[in-house]
Amino acid sequence: MAAACITASGTARNKPEYHTHQEFKLMYGMLFSIRSFISKMSPLDMKDGFLAFQTSRYKLHYYETPTGIKLVMNTDLGVPNCRDTLQQIYSTLYVEYIVKNPLCVLGESLQSDLFSSKLDSFIRALPFFSVRAA
Amino acid sequence: MAIFSVYVVNKAGGLIYQYDNYVPRAEVEKTFSFPLDLVLKIYDEKLVVSFGQRDGIRVGHAVLSINGVDVNGKYTAEGKDILEYLKDPANYPVSIKFGRPRLSSNEKLMLASMFHSLFAIGSQLSPEVGSSGIEMLETDVFKLCELFDQNLKSALEIAEKAGTFGPGS
Repeated sequence: MAAACITASGTARNKPEYHTHQEFKLMYGMLFSIRSFISKMSPLDMKDGFLAFQTSRYKLHYYETPTGIKLVMNTDLGVPNCRDTLQQIYSTLYVEYIVKNPLCVLGESLQSDLFSSKLDSFIRALPFFSVRAA
Repeated sequence: MAIFSVYVVNKAGGLIYQYDNYVPRAEVEKTFSFPLDLVLKIYDEKLVVSFGQRDGIRVGHAVLSINGVDVNGKYTAEGKDILEYLKDPANYPVSIKFGRPRLSSNEKLMLASMFHSLFAIGSQLSPEVGSSGIEMLETDVFKLCELFDQNLKSALEIAEKAGTFGPGS
């Protein structure tokens, strides 16, 4: 069970150090543990599983595809459930620009500039993008 | 909106109080004839459905009772191995009850100690400085909220119908 973060980008980040390899491993480990934790604890059968968690400062949204690709988005607290947004990112951006791209090897770091720019403009176009607590 | 269960965890991660208020769990009892078309496997000392989901019996459901008699892990109440029992066509037709496995007290202790560490990692991963630990965790069937007291940590689980949720705890 190896985890490889294939892409990570952020638009506003107040911490001085940026994404490190350590952070990716930490995030993968945490998400894996949370998933097994809730599958044990859940009182009813779950359909979608873990959706999101929030702390006092940020909210982390999670979506996993049946193929095992995990999409994670960190947002402000005011953002409602955006599982559909993540699903859209997967179906309209990832599948279109990465899976269908013969030059991109699946499972390795994403090298496609087209994907990065499309993702960036997609995120900026989201309705809750500009609603940020100053 | 109903409260499913309450876990009170101390600062060291030990469970000090637990209360369950589940609505009755869905259990399905069916009569089977040889051969059994569900694939069962041993998971965590329980016999769990791993393939062959049908008729309300889902993957992940555990064998709760055979012919009306509650099972004891992977053995029947008399001590026979269930998998061996089910391989023998002479024992059929057999009536088996499946349902979501209940947590044993050992498992509850382990889950409670996982709470604290998971939620602390959540604060380290924060893109903003000075984030607290996880305050609320959502899934499609339940919501886990934490109330912090000075030296205690309580975690409430609140039921959610999929969809709307009110403001945090």
